[in-house]
Amino acid sequence: MRSLRQYSGAHRLEGTTESRTAITPATPTDHALTPSEVSAIRADFPSLQQEVNGHPLAYLDSGATSLKPRQVLDAEREFYERHNSAVHRGAHTLAALATEFFEDARATVARFIGAAEDEVVWTSNATEAINLVAYGISAASARGGADAVSLRAGDEIVVTEQEHHANLIPWQELASRTGATLRFIPVDDAGELMLDGLDETITERARVVAFTHVSNVLGSISPVDRIVARAREVGAITVLDACQSVPHMAVDVASLDVDFMAFSGHKMLAPTGIGVLYGRRELLNALPPFLTGGSMITTVTMERAEYLPAPQRFEAGTQRVSQAVALAAAIGYLEAIGMDRIAAHEAALGARLADGLAAIEGVRVLGPVAGAERVGLASVDVAGIHSHDVGQFLDDRGIAARVGHHCAQPLHRRLGVTSSTRASIYIYTTEEEVDRFIEAVADSRDFFGVRP
Amino acid sequence: MSSSELQSLYQEIILDHSRQPIGFGLVGNADGSSHQLNPTCGDEVTLEIAIDEHGLAHVHWEGHGCAISQASASLFSEMVGDGMSLDALDERIESFRTAMRSRGKIQPDEELLGDAAALGGVSRYIARVKCAMLAWVAAEDAIAQARA
Repeated sequence: MRSLRQYSGAHRLEGTTESRTAITPATPTDHALTPSEVSAIRADFPSLQQEVNGHPLAYLDSGATSLKPRQVLDAEREFYERHNSAVHRGAHTLAALATEFFEDARATVARFIGAAEDEVVWTSNATEAINLVAYGISAASARGGADAVSLRAGDEIVVTEQEHHANLIPWQELASRTGATLRFIPVDDAGELMLDGLDETITERARVVAFTHVSNVLGSISPVDRIVARAREVGAITVLDACQSVPHMAVDVASLDVDFMAFSGHKMLAPTGIGVLYGRRELLNALPPFLTGGSMITTVTMERAEYLPAPQRFEAGTQRVSQAVALAAAIGYLEAIGMDRIAAHEAALGARLADGLAAIEGVRVLGPVAGAERVGLASVDVAGIHSHDVGQFLDDRGIAARVGHHCAQPLHRRLGVTSSTRASIYIYTTEEEVDRFIEAVADSRDFFGVRP
Repeated sequence: MSSSELQSLYQEIILDHSRQPIGFGLVGNADGSSHQLNPTCGDEVTLEIAIDEHGLAHVHWEGHGCAISQASASLFSEMVGDGMSLDALDERIESFRTAMRSRGKIQPDEELLGDAAALGGVSRYIARVKCAMLAWVAAEDAIAQARA
Protein backbone atom coordinates (compact mmCIF):
# COMPACT_ATOMS: atom_id res chain seq x y z
CA MET A 1 0.00 0.00 0.00
CA ARG A 2 1.40 3.38 -0.94
CA SER A 3 1.34 6.09 1.63
CA LEU A 4 -0.63 9.25 1.18
CA ARG A 5 2.49 11.29 0.64
CA GLN A 6 3.78 9.01 -2.08
CA TYR A 7 0.38 8.96 -3.71
CA SER A 8 -0.25 12.68 -4.07
CA GLY A 9 3.39 13.65 -4.34
CA ALA A 10 4.18 11.08 -6.98
CA HIS A 11 1.26 12.20 -9.06
CA ARG A 12 2.26 15.76 -8.81
CA LEU A 13 5.66 14.91 -10.22
CA GLU A 14 4.56 12.26 -12.69
CA GLY A 15 1.92 14.68 -13.84
CA THR A 16 4.44 16.90 -15.46
CA THR A 17 7.39 14.71 -16.31
CA GLU A 18 7.48 15.82 -19.91
CA SER A 19 6.85 19.50 -19.36
CA ARG A 20 9.33 19.60 -16.49
CA THR A 21 12.12 18.46 -18.72
CA ALA A 22 11.44 21.49 -20.89
CA ILE A 23 11.21 23.99 -18.05
CA THR A 24 14.50 24.84 -16.40
CA PRO A 25 14.62 26.70 -13.08
CA ALA A 26 16.33 29.57 -14.88
CA THR A 27 13.15 30.32 -16.85
CA PRO A 28 11.57 33.52 -15.54
CA THR A 29 8.28 32.75 -13.83
CA ASP A 30 6.35 35.23 -15.96
CA HIS A 31 7.86 34.02 -19.21
CA ALA A 32 5.36 32.62 -21.71
CA LEU A 33 5.66 28.92 -22.53
CA THR A 34 8.00 28.01 -25.37
CA PRO A 35 6.67 26.08 -28.38
CA SER A 36 8.53 22.98 -27.25
CA GLU A 37 7.00 23.21 -23.78
CA VAL A 38 3.53 23.56 -25.27
CA SER A 39 4.20 20.60 -27.49
CA ALA A 40 5.31 18.52 -24.48
CA ILE A 41 2.13 19.53 -22.65
CA ARG A 42 0.00 18.59 -25.68
CA ALA A 43 1.42 15.08 -25.62
CA ASP A 44 -0.28 14.60 -22.23
CA PHE A 45 -3.75 15.24 -23.67
CA PRO A 46 -5.24 12.25 -25.50
CA SER A 47 -8.06 14.44 -26.90
CA LEU A 48 -5.54 16.42 -28.90
CA GLN A 49 -4.27 13.33 -30.71
CA GLN A 50 -7.38 13.15 -32.89
CA GLU A 51 -8.69 14.59 -36.12
CA VAL A 52 -12.11 16.18 -36.47
CA ASN A 53 -13.68 16.41 -39.92
CA GLY A 54 -10.34 15.59 -41.50
CA HIS A 55 -8.37 18.24 -39.61
CA PRO A 56 -6.27 18.08 -36.46
CA LEU A 57 -8.54 19.16 -33.61
CA ALA A 58 -8.06 22.80 -32.62
CA TYR A 59 -9.74 22.89 -29.23
CA LEU A 60 -10.58 26.52 -28.49
CA ASP A 61 -13.43 25.91 -26.07
CA SER A 62 -11.56 25.58 -22.77
CA GLY A 63 -13.60 28.42 -21.29
CA ALA A 64 -16.55 26.02 -21.44
CA THR A 65 -14.61 22.99 -20.26
CA SER A 66 -10.94 22.09 -20.49
CA LEU A 67 -9.42 18.94 -21.88
CA LYS A 68 -7.94 16.48 -19.35
CA PRO A 69 -4.34 15.26 -19.24
CA ARG A 70 -3.52 11.57 -18.74
CA GLN A 71 -2.07 12.33 -15.31
CA VAL A 72 -5.44 13.55 -14.04
CA LEU A 73 -7.32 10.65 -15.61
CA ASP A 74 -4.76 8.25 -14.11
CA ALA A 75 -5.12 9.78 -10.64
CA GLU A 76 -8.87 9.28 -10.72
CA ARG A 77 -8.57 5.75 -12.09
CA GLU A 78 -5.91 4.84 -9.54
CA PHE A 79 -8.11 6.06 -6.73
CA TYR A 80 -10.91 3.79 -7.90
CA GLU A 81 -8.62 0.86 -8.54
CA ARG A 82 -6.70 0.97 -5.29
CA HIS A 83 -8.22 3.22 -2.65
CA ASN A 84 -11.93 3.50 -3.33
CA SER A 85 -13.84 3.62 -0.06
CA ALA A 86 -16.33 5.76 1.85
CA VAL A 87 -14.76 8.81 3.47
CA HIS A 88 -15.31 10.10 7.02
CA ARG A 89 -16.74 6.78 8.22
CA GLY A 90 -15.58 3.22 8.70
CA ALA A 91 -12.54 2.04 10.59
CA HIS A 92 -10.91 -0.05 7.90
CA THR A 93 -7.66 0.80 6.19
CA LEU A 94 -9.09 1.79 2.83
CA ALA A 95 -11.68 4.07 4.45
CA ALA A 96 -8.91 5.81 6.39
CA LEU A 97 -6.75 6.12 3.26
CA ALA A 98 -9.61 7.44 1.12
CA THR A 99 -10.38 10.02 3.81
CA GLU A 100 -6.75 11.11 3.84
CA PHE A 101 -6.66 11.49 0.07
CA PHE A 102 -9.92 13.42 0.14
CA GLU A 103 -8.73 15.80 2.84
CA ASP A 104 -5.28 16.08 1.28
CA ALA A 105 -7.01 17.22 -1.91
CA ARG A 106 -8.79 19.89 0.12
CA ALA A 107 -5.43 20.99 1.54
CA THR A 108 -4.02 21.19 -2.00
CA VAL A 109 -6.89 23.43 -3.12
CA ALA A 110 -6.56 25.57 0.01
CA ARG A 111 -2.85 26.11 -0.54
CA PHE A 112 -3.45 26.80 -4.26
CA ILE A 113 -5.81 29.71 -3.52
CA GLY A 114 -4.23 30.91 -0.28
CA ALA A 115 -7.06 29.76 2.01
CA ALA A 116 -7.21 27.66 5.19
CA GLU A 117 -8.34 24.06 4.79
CA ASP A 118 -11.58 24.58 6.72
CA GLU A 119 -12.46 27.42 4.35
CA VAL A 120 -12.67 25.11 1.33
CA VAL A 121 -16.05 23.47 0.69
CA TRP A 122 -16.52 20.84 -1.99
CA THR A 123 -19.47 21.36 -4.32
CA SER A 124 -20.47 19.79 -7.62
CA ASN A 125 -19.57 22.90 -9.59
CA ALA A 126 -19.39 26.68 -9.27
CA THR A 127 -23.12 27.03 -9.85
CA GLU A 128 -23.82 24.90 -6.80
CA ALA A 129 -21.23 26.87 -4.83
CA ILE A 130 -22.99 30.17 -5.55
CA ASN A 131 -26.39 28.63 -4.83
CA LEU A 132 -25.02 27.31 -1.53
CA VAL A 133 -24.26 30.88 -0.45
CA ALA A 134 -27.55 32.27 -1.78
CA TYR A 135 -29.67 29.55 -0.14
CA GLY A 136 -27.68 29.79 3.10
CA ILE A 137 -28.41 33.52 3.26
CA SER A 138 -32.01 32.76 2.43
CA ALA A 139 -32.30 30.27 5.30
CA ALA A 140 -30.59 32.63 7.74
CA SER A 141 -32.90 35.46 6.69
CA ALA A 142 -36.03 33.38 7.13
CA ARG A 143 -35.13 32.08 10.60
CA GLY A 144 -33.47 35.00 12.34
CA GLY A 145 -29.96 33.77 11.63
CA ALA A 146 -26.76 35.72 12.15
CA ASP A 147 -26.99 39.35 11.01
CA ALA A 148 -23.87 39.02 8.87
CA VAL A 149 -25.63 36.55 6.57
CA SER A 150 -29.26 37.75 6.78
CA LEU A 151 -31.22 39.95 4.42
CA ARG A 152 -34.35 42.00 5.04
CA ALA A 153 -36.75 43.84 2.77
CA GLY A 154 -35.05 47.03 1.66
CA ASP A 155 -31.56 45.50 1.70
CA GLU A 156 -29.75 45.40 -1.61
CA ILE A 157 -27.87 42.74 -3.57
CA VAL A 158 -25.50 44.06 -6.20
CA VAL A 159 -24.25 42.16 -9.26
CA THR A 160 -22.81 43.36 -12.58
CA GLU A 161 -24.18 43.42 -16.10
CA GLN A 162 -21.33 41.09 -17.14
CA GLU A 163 -22.46 38.12 -15.09
CA HIS A 164 -22.84 34.56 -16.23
CA HIS A 165 -26.40 33.42 -15.49
CA ALA A 166 -24.97 31.30 -12.64
CA ASN A 167 -23.97 34.48 -10.79
CA LEU A 168 -27.17 36.33 -11.62
CA ILE A 169 -30.19 34.06 -11.27
CA PRO A 170 -29.37 32.77 -7.74
CA TRP A 171 -29.32 36.44 -6.63
CA GLN A 172 -32.56 37.25 -8.48
CA GLU A 173 -34.15 34.36 -6.62
CA LEU A 174 -32.63 35.38 -3.28
CA ALA A 175 -33.93 38.94 -3.76
CA SER A 176 -37.41 37.63 -4.50
CA ARG A 177 -37.40 35.33 -1.45
CA THR A 178 -36.16 37.98 0.99
CA GLY A 179 -37.70 41.17 -0.38
CA ALA A 180 -34.24 42.58 -1.08
CA THR A 181 -33.64 44.66 -4.20
CA LEU A 182 -31.28 43.47 -6.94
CA ARG A 183 -29.11 46.19 -8.46
CA PHE A 184 -26.29 45.99 -10.94
CA ILE A 185 -23.10 47.75 -11.97
CA PRO A 186 -23.73 48.56 -15.64
CA VAL A 187 -21.26 48.14 -18.51
CA ASP A 188 -20.44 50.65 -21.25
CA ASP A 189 -20.67 50.04 -25.00
CA ALA A 190 -17.37 48.15 -24.89
CA GLY A 191 -18.64 45.95 -22.08
CA GLU A 192 -16.39 47.51 -19.46
CA LEU A 193 -17.78 47.87 -15.93
CA MET A 194 -18.79 51.49 -15.30
CA LEU A 195 -17.35 52.27 -11.90
CA ASP A 196 -17.93 56.03 -11.94
CA GLY A 197 -21.23 55.56 -10.16
CA LEU A 198 -19.98 52.75 -7.93
CA ASP A 199 -20.88 54.57 -4.70
CA GLU A 200 -24.44 55.11 -5.96
CA THR A 201 -24.82 51.46 -7.03
CA ILE A 202 -23.25 49.94 -3.92
CA THR A 203 -25.01 51.96 -1.24
CA GLU A 204 -25.22 51.64 2.53
CA ARG A 205 -28.14 49.25 1.95
CA ALA A 206 -25.99 46.77 -0.01
CA ARG A 207 -25.51 43.49 1.89
CA VAL A 208 -24.15 41.26 -0.89
CA VAL A 209 -21.93 42.19 -3.85
CA ALA A 210 -21.48 39.32 -6.33
CA PHE A 211 -19.31 39.77 -9.38
CA THR A 212 -17.10 37.94 -11.82
CA HIS A 213 -13.30 38.01 -11.68
CA VAL A 214 -12.88 37.49 -15.43
CA SER A 215 -15.75 37.89 -17.90
CA ASN A 216 -16.51 34.62 -19.68
CA VAL A 217 -17.62 36.59 -22.75
CA LEU A 218 -15.19 39.49 -22.91
CA GLY A 219 -12.01 38.13 -21.34
CA SER A 220 -11.65 41.33 -19.33
CA ILE A 221 -10.37 41.26 -15.75
CA SER A 222 -12.55 43.00 -13.16
CA PRO A 223 -11.10 45.67 -10.84
CA VAL A 224 -11.61 43.47 -7.79
CA ASP A 225 -9.82 45.87 -5.44
CA ARG A 226 -12.12 48.80 -6.18
CA ILE A 227 -15.31 46.78 -5.88
CA VAL A 228 -14.18 45.01 -2.71
CA ALA A 229 -13.05 48.30 -1.15
CA ARG A 230 -16.49 49.83 -1.71
CA ALA A 231 -18.27 46.69 -0.48
CA ARG A 232 -16.14 46.75 2.70
CA GLU A 233 -17.00 50.42 3.23
CA VAL A 234 -20.69 49.60 3.40
CA GLY A 235 -20.28 46.23 5.14
CA ALA A 236 -21.47 44.05 2.26
CA ILE A 237 -20.42 40.43 1.75
CA THR A 238 -18.44 39.88 -1.47
CA VAL A 239 -18.88 36.82 -3.68
CA LEU A 240 -16.41 36.32 -6.53
CA ASP A 241 -17.12 34.11 -9.55
CA ALA A 242 -13.60 32.88 -10.29
CA CYS A 243 -14.46 30.25 -12.92
CA GLN A 244 -12.45 32.01 -15.61
CA SER A 245 -9.57 33.15 -13.40
CA VAL A 246 -8.51 30.32 -11.07
CA PRO A 247 -7.69 27.92 -13.96
CA HIS A 248 -5.62 30.54 -15.74
CA MET A 249 -3.71 32.75 -13.29
CA ALA A 250 -2.41 32.83 -9.75
CA VAL A 251 -5.36 33.67 -7.50
CA ASP A 252 -4.92 34.38 -3.81
CA VAL A 253 -8.09 34.91 -1.79
CA ALA A 254 -6.22 36.65 1.01
CA SER A 255 -4.96 39.40 -1.26
CA LEU A 256 -8.25 39.63 -3.17
CA ASP A 257 -9.91 40.00 0.25
CA VAL A 258 -13.23 38.52 -0.95
CA ASP A 259 -15.60 36.74 1.44
CA PHE A 260 -16.67 33.95 -0.90
CA MET A 261 -15.21 32.62 -4.13
CA ALA A 262 -16.51 29.91 -6.46
CA PHE A 263 -14.85 27.92 -9.23
CA SER A 264 -15.23 24.64 -11.11
CA GLY A 265 -12.76 21.79 -11.48
CA HIS A 266 -13.75 20.84 -15.02
CA LYS A 267 -12.44 24.13 -16.43
CA MET A 268 -8.99 23.44 -14.92
CA LEU A 269 -8.09 19.95 -16.20
CA ALA A 270 -10.20 18.09 -13.61
CA PRO A 271 -13.30 15.96 -14.19
CA THR A 272 -16.86 17.27 -14.11
CA GLY A 273 -18.74 17.01 -10.83
CA ILE A 274 -16.26 18.83 -8.59
CA GLY A 275 -16.37 22.50 -7.69
CA VAL A 276 -15.09 24.65 -4.87
CA LEU A 277 -16.57 27.25 -2.62
CA TYR A 278 -14.08 29.28 -0.64
CA GLY A 279 -15.63 31.09 2.31
CA ARG A 280 -14.24 33.22 5.07
CA ARG A 281 -14.29 30.98 8.17
CA GLU A 282 -16.57 33.12 10.38
CA LEU A 283 -19.06 33.63 7.56
CA LEU A 284 -19.14 29.94 6.60
CA ASN A 285 -19.82 29.03 10.22
CA ALA A 286 -22.60 31.64 10.43
CA LEU A 287 -24.26 30.27 7.30
CA PRO A 288 -26.97 27.60 7.69
CA PRO A 289 -26.44 24.47 5.60
CA PHE A 290 -27.81 24.31 2.04
CA LEU A 291 -28.20 20.54 1.64
CA THR A 292 -28.79 18.46 4.76
CA GLY A 293 -28.41 14.78 5.55
CA GLY A 294 -25.66 12.42 6.56
CA SER A 295 -22.06 13.38 7.38
CA MET A 296 -22.81 16.98 8.31
CA ILE A 297 -24.22 16.56 11.84
CA THR A 298 -23.10 16.12 15.45
CA THR A 299 -26.27 15.05 17.30
CA VAL A 300 -29.56 14.04 15.73
CA THR A 301 -32.85 13.39 17.54
CA MET A 302 -36.25 12.74 15.99
CA GLU A 303 -37.01 16.45 16.35
CA ARG A 304 -33.81 18.27 15.42
CA ALA A 305 -30.16 18.13 14.48
CA GLU A 306 -26.95 19.94 15.37
CA TYR A 307 -24.54 20.66 12.57
CA LEU A 308 -20.80 20.28 12.25
CA PRO A 309 -18.70 23.37 11.64
CA ALA A 310 -17.64 24.26 8.09
CA PRO A 311 -16.69 22.76 5.76
CA GLN A 312 -18.45 19.48 6.74
CA ARG A 313 -21.76 21.21 7.45
CA PHE A 314 -22.03 21.91 3.72
CA GLU A 315 -21.03 18.43 2.61
CA ALA A 316 -24.10 16.30 3.18
CA GLY A 317 -24.21 12.83 1.68
CA THR A 318 -21.64 10.90 -0.30
CA GLN A 319 -18.94 13.21 -1.53
CA ARG A 320 -17.15 13.55 -4.88
CA VAL A 321 -14.06 11.78 -3.67
CA SER A 322 -12.43 10.62 -6.90
CA GLN A 323 -13.14 13.98 -8.48
CA ALA A 324 -11.52 15.80 -5.56
CA VAL A 325 -8.44 13.56 -5.82
CA ALA A 326 -8.32 14.27 -9.57
CA LEU A 327 -8.67 18.01 -8.98
CA ALA A 328 -5.64 17.87 -6.68
CA ALA A 329 -3.72 16.10 -9.46
CA ALA A 330 -4.85 18.81 -11.89
CA ILE A 331 -3.57 21.52 -9.54
CA GLY A 332 -0.27 19.65 -9.29
CA TYR A 333 -0.06 19.62 -13.07
CA LEU A 334 -0.79 23.36 -13.34
CA GLU A 335 1.62 24.29 -10.54
CA ALA A 336 4.47 22.35 -12.10
CA ILE A 337 4.10 24.59 -15.16
CA GLY A 338 3.59 27.68 -13.00
CA MET A 339 0.45 29.81 -12.89
CA ASP A 340 2.32 32.99 -13.81
CA ARG A 341 3.78 31.32 -16.89
CA ILE A 342 0.35 29.98 -17.82
CA ALA A 343 -1.09 33.50 -17.51
CA ALA A 344 1.73 34.89 -19.66
CA HIS A 345 1.20 32.21 -22.33
CA GLU A 346 -2.51 32.89 -22.45
CA ALA A 347 -2.19 36.68 -22.40
CA ALA A 348 0.20 36.53 -25.36
CA LEU A 349 -2.10 34.24 -27.35
CA GLY A 350 -5.14 36.27 -26.26
CA ALA A 351 -3.57 39.43 -27.64
CA ARG A 352 -2.68 37.65 -30.89
CA LEU A 353 -6.26 36.38 -31.11
CA ALA A 354 -7.89 39.76 -30.43
CA ASP A 355 -5.55 41.66 -32.76
CA GLY A 356 -6.02 39.16 -35.57
CA LEU A 357 -9.80 39.18 -35.26
CA ALA A 358 -10.04 42.96 -34.97
CA ALA A 359 -8.17 43.29 -38.26
CA ILE A 360 -10.92 41.43 -40.17
CA GLU A 361 -13.46 43.69 -41.82
CA GLY A 362 -16.99 43.12 -40.55
CA VAL A 363 -15.79 41.43 -37.38
CA ARG A 364 -16.43 43.08 -34.04
CA VAL A 365 -14.41 41.88 -31.09
CA LEU A 366 -16.55 42.22 -27.96
CA GLY A 367 -14.92 43.65 -24.87
CA PRO A 368 -11.53 45.28 -24.37
CA VAL A 369 -10.13 47.02 -27.43
CA ALA A 370 -7.06 45.53 -29.08
CA GLY A 371 -4.03 46.17 -26.89
CA ALA A 372 -6.03 46.36 -23.65
CA GLU A 373 -5.54 43.74 -20.95
CA ARG A 374 -7.41 40.51 -21.61
CA VAL A 375 -7.02 36.86 -20.80
CA GLY A 376 -6.80 34.19 -23.50
CA LEU A 377 -10.37 34.55 -24.62
CA ALA A 378 -12.18 36.59 -27.26
CA SER A 379 -15.74 36.68 -28.56
CA VAL A 380 -16.71 38.10 -31.92
CA ASP A 381 -19.80 39.16 -33.77
CA VAL A 382 -19.43 38.57 -37.51
CA ALA A 383 -21.66 41.00 -39.38
CA GLY A 384 -24.38 39.21 -41.30
CA ILE A 385 -23.58 35.71 -40.04
CA HIS A 386 -25.22 34.11 -37.03
CA SER A 387 -22.76 32.59 -34.56
CA HIS A 388 -24.21 29.12 -35.10
CA ASP A 389 -23.33 29.34 -38.77
CA VAL A 390 -19.84 30.61 -37.98
CA GLY A 391 -19.46 27.73 -35.52
CA GLN A 392 -20.56 25.21 -38.14
CA PHE A 393 -17.99 26.60 -40.57
CA LEU A 394 -15.27 26.38 -37.89
CA ASP A 395 -16.28 22.81 -37.01
CA ASP A 396 -15.90 21.84 -40.65
CA ARG A 397 -12.23 22.77 -40.23
CA GLY A 398 -11.82 20.86 -36.98
CA ILE A 399 -12.00 23.99 -34.84
CA ALA A 400 -14.02 23.68 -31.62
CA ALA A 401 -15.34 27.05 -30.45
CA ARG A 402 -18.31 28.17 -28.40
CA VAL A 403 -21.28 29.83 -30.10
CA GLY A 404 -24.42 31.37 -28.63
CA HIS A 405 -24.88 33.66 -25.66
CA HIS A 406 -22.43 31.82 -23.36
CA CYS A 407 -24.97 31.95 -20.50
CA ALA A 408 -24.77 35.75 -20.51
CA GLN A 409 -27.89 37.00 -22.26
CA PRO A 410 -28.08 40.40 -20.51
CA LEU A 411 -24.49 41.25 -21.49
CA HIS A 412 -25.07 40.27 -25.12
CA ARG A 413 -28.30 42.28 -25.20
CA ARG A 414 -26.48 45.30 -23.74
CA LEU A 415 -23.80 45.02 -26.43
CA GLY A 416 -26.49 44.86 -29.12
CA VAL A 417 -25.96 41.27 -30.21
CA THR A 418 -27.95 38.10 -29.52
CA SER A 419 -24.99 35.78 -29.69
CA SER A 420 -21.29 35.58 -30.43
CA THR A 421 -18.51 33.17 -31.39
CA ARG A 422 -15.91 32.62 -28.69
CA ALA A 423 -12.41 31.19 -28.79
CA SER A 424 -10.83 30.41 -25.43
CA ILE A 425 -7.25 29.39 -24.82
CA TYR A 426 -5.49 27.14 -22.35
CA ILE A 427 -2.06 25.71 -21.61
CA TYR A 428 -2.14 23.43 -24.67
CA THR A 429 -3.17 26.09 -27.20
CA THR A 430 -0.69 26.98 -29.95
CA GLU A 431 -0.17 30.09 -32.06
CA GLU A 432 -1.00 27.98 -35.08
CA GLU A 433 -4.43 27.11 -33.63
CA VAL A 434 -5.13 30.76 -32.89
CA ASP A 435 -4.15 31.63 -36.46
CA ARG A 436 -6.38 28.87 -37.83
CA PHE A 437 -9.30 30.35 -35.90
CA ILE A 438 -8.63 33.87 -37.19
CA GLU A 439 -8.29 32.65 -40.76
CA ALA A 440 -11.46 30.56 -40.54
CA VAL A 441 -13.50 33.47 -39.16
CA ALA A 442 -12.26 35.60 -42.09
CA ASP A 443 -13.05 32.83 -44.58
CA SER A 444 -16.54 32.33 -43.16
CA ARG A 445 -17.41 35.72 -44.62
CA ASP A 446 -16.56 34.47 -48.09
CA PHE A 447 -18.44 31.23 -47.61
CA PHE A 448 -21.62 32.93 -46.42
CA GLY A 449 -21.23 35.65 -49.03
CA VAL A 450 -21.21 38.62 -46.72
CA ARG A 451 -17.87 39.98 -47.88
CA PRO A 452 -18.47 43.10 -50.03
CA MET B 1 -11.91 25.64 -49.04
CA SER B 2 -14.70 23.84 -47.32
CA SER B 3 -15.96 20.30 -47.37
CA SER B 4 -18.69 19.08 -49.68
CA GLU B 5 -20.73 18.18 -46.58
CA LEU B 6 -20.67 21.80 -45.48
CA GLN B 7 -21.62 22.94 -48.97
CA SER B 8 -24.53 20.52 -49.01
CA LEU B 9 -25.64 21.88 -45.63
CA TYR B 10 -25.49 25.47 -46.82
CA GLN B 11 -26.72 25.21 -50.40
CA GLU B 12 -26.93 28.48 -52.29
CA ILE B 13 -30.72 28.32 -52.23
CA ILE B 14 -30.64 28.17 -48.42
CA LEU B 15 -28.31 31.14 -48.14
CA ASP B 16 -30.51 33.07 -50.61
CA HIS B 17 -33.61 32.41 -48.55
CA SER B 18 -31.85 33.43 -45.34
CA ARG B 19 -30.82 36.73 -46.90
CA GLN B 20 -34.09 37.51 -48.71
CA PRO B 21 -36.79 35.65 -46.84
CA ILE B 22 -40.24 34.96 -48.22
CA GLY B 23 -43.32 35.64 -46.11
CA PHE B 24 -41.40 37.78 -43.62
CA GLY B 25 -43.57 40.23 -41.67
CA LEU B 26 -46.49 39.54 -39.35
CA VAL B 27 -49.95 40.86 -40.28
CA GLY B 28 -51.96 40.00 -37.15
CA ASN B 29 -55.56 38.75 -37.18
CA ALA B 30 -54.30 35.20 -37.53
CA ASP B 31 -56.27 32.09 -36.61
CA GLY B 32 -53.19 30.66 -34.99
CA SER B 33 -49.86 32.17 -33.95
CA SER B 34 -46.86 30.49 -32.38
CA HIS B 35 -43.57 31.78 -31.06
CA GLN B 36 -40.76 29.22 -30.92
CA LEU B 37 -37.38 29.77 -29.34
CA ASN B 38 -34.26 27.67 -29.37
CA PRO B 39 -32.72 28.69 -26.03
CA THR B 40 -29.32 27.21 -26.77
CA CYS B 41 -28.59 29.58 -29.65
CA GLY B 42 -31.34 32.18 -29.46
CA ASP B 43 -33.02 31.34 -32.79
CA GLU B 44 -36.56 32.71 -32.76
CA VAL B 45 -39.50 32.35 -35.12
CA THR B 46 -43.03 33.70 -34.70
CA LEU B 47 -45.36 32.23 -37.29
CA GLU B 48 -48.99 33.05 -38.05
CA ILE B 49 -51.52 30.88 -39.83
CA ALA B 50 -54.61 32.58 -41.27
CA ILE B 51 -57.42 30.54 -42.85
CA ASP B 52 -59.27 32.09 -45.79
CA GLU B 53 -62.91 31.55 -46.85
CA HIS B 54 -61.87 28.52 -48.94
CA GLY B 55 -60.28 26.87 -45.93
CA LEU B 56 -56.77 27.49 -47.19
CA ALA B 57 -53.95 28.43 -44.82
CA HIS B 58 -51.73 31.44 -45.43
CA VAL B 59 -48.50 32.00 -43.55
CA HIS B 60 -46.57 35.01 -42.29
CA TRP B 61 -43.61 34.95 -39.98
CA GLU B 62 -40.85 36.93 -38.34
CA GLY B 63 -37.72 35.85 -36.63
CA HIS B 64 -34.00 36.03 -36.28
CA GLY B 65 -31.28 33.50 -35.92
CA CYS B 66 -29.01 31.27 -37.93
CA ALA B 67 -29.21 30.83 -41.70
CA ILE B 68 -30.79 27.38 -41.34
CA SER B 69 -33.63 28.48 -39.06
CA GLN B 70 -34.46 31.56 -41.08
CA ALA B 71 -34.16 29.88 -44.49
CA SER B 72 -36.35 27.05 -43.24
CA ALA B 73 -39.12 29.49 -42.25
CA SER B 74 -38.81 31.18 -45.64
CA LEU B 75 -38.89 27.86 -47.52
CA PHE B 76 -41.95 26.82 -45.54
CA SER B 77 -43.68 30.06 -46.58
CA GLU B 78 -42.71 29.50 -50.19
CA MET B 79 -44.12 25.96 -50.03
CA VAL B 80 -47.44 27.21 -48.68
CA GLY B 81 -47.46 29.80 -51.44
CA ASP B 82 -50.92 31.22 -52.19
CA GLY B 83 -52.62 28.91 -49.75
CA MET B 84 -52.68 25.27 -48.73
CA SER B 85 -55.19 23.10 -46.88
CA LEU B 86 -54.44 22.22 -43.28
CA ASP B 87 -54.43 18.52 -44.14
CA ALA B 88 -51.86 19.10 -46.88
CA LEU B 89 -49.75 21.06 -44.39
CA ASP B 90 -49.97 18.25 -41.83
CA GLU B 91 -48.68 15.78 -44.37
CA ARG B 92 -45.79 18.01 -45.38
CA ILE B 93 -44.75 18.84 -41.82
CA GLU B 94 -44.73 15.14 -40.95
CA SER B 95 -42.75 14.26 -44.05
CA PHE B 96 -40.23 17.02 -43.36
CA ARG B 97 -39.83 15.90 -39.73
CA THR B 98 -39.22 12.30 -40.76
CA ALA B 99 -36.46 13.37 -43.14
CA MET B 100 -34.90 15.71 -40.55
CA ARG B 101 -34.77 12.97 -37.92
CA SER B 102 -33.28 10.40 -40.29
CA ARG B 103 -29.62 11.38 -39.78
CA GLY B 104 -29.19 11.68 -43.51
CA LYS B 105 -30.84 8.38 -44.40
CA ILE B 106 -34.07 9.76 -45.84
CA GLN B 107 -34.00 12.49 -48.46
CA PRO B 108 -36.83 15.02 -48.19
CA ASP B 109 -39.59 14.49 -50.80
CA GLU B 110 -39.05 17.24 -53.32
CA GLU B 111 -42.46 16.78 -54.95
CA LEU B 112 -44.14 17.30 -51.62
CA LEU B 113 -41.86 19.92 -50.09
CA GLY B 114 -40.56 21.85 -53.09
CA ASP B 115 -37.35 23.77 -52.51
CA ALA B 116 -37.56 23.03 -48.78
CA ALA B 117 -36.12 19.65 -49.75
CA ALA B 118 -32.79 21.51 -50.00
CA LEU B 119 -32.70 21.38 -46.21
CA GLY B 120 -32.06 17.62 -46.43
CA GLY B 121 -28.35 18.13 -45.65
CA VAL B 122 -29.24 19.39 -42.17
CA SER B 123 -30.36 15.96 -40.99
CA ARG B 124 -26.76 14.77 -40.76
CA TYR B 125 -25.97 17.54 -38.29
CA ILE B 126 -27.90 16.52 -35.18
CA ALA B 127 -27.22 19.82 -33.42
CA ARG B 128 -28.84 21.74 -36.28
CA VAL B 129 -32.03 19.72 -36.80
CA LYS B 130 -33.75 21.85 -34.20
CA CYS B 131 -32.84 24.97 -36.22
CA ALA B 132 -34.45 23.56 -39.34
CA MET B 133 -37.52 22.34 -37.46
CA LEU B 134 -38.19 25.62 -35.62
CA ALA B 135 -40.61 27.17 -38.16
CA TRP B 136 -42.28 23.83 -38.84
CA VAL B 137 -42.92 23.27 -35.13
CA ALA B 138 -44.31 26.81 -34.94
CA ALA B 139 -46.58 26.03 -37.90
CA GLU B 140 -47.77 22.82 -36.29
CA ASP B 141 -48.66 24.72 -33.12
CA ALA B 142 -50.37 27.55 -35.04
CA ILE B 143 -52.37 25.01 -37.08
CA ALA B 144 -53.55 23.31 -33.90
CA GLN B 145 -54.77 26.68 -32.63
CA ALA B 146 -56.49 27.41 -35.95
CA ARG B 147 -58.35 24.11 -35.71
CA ALA B 148 -59.36 24.60 -32.09
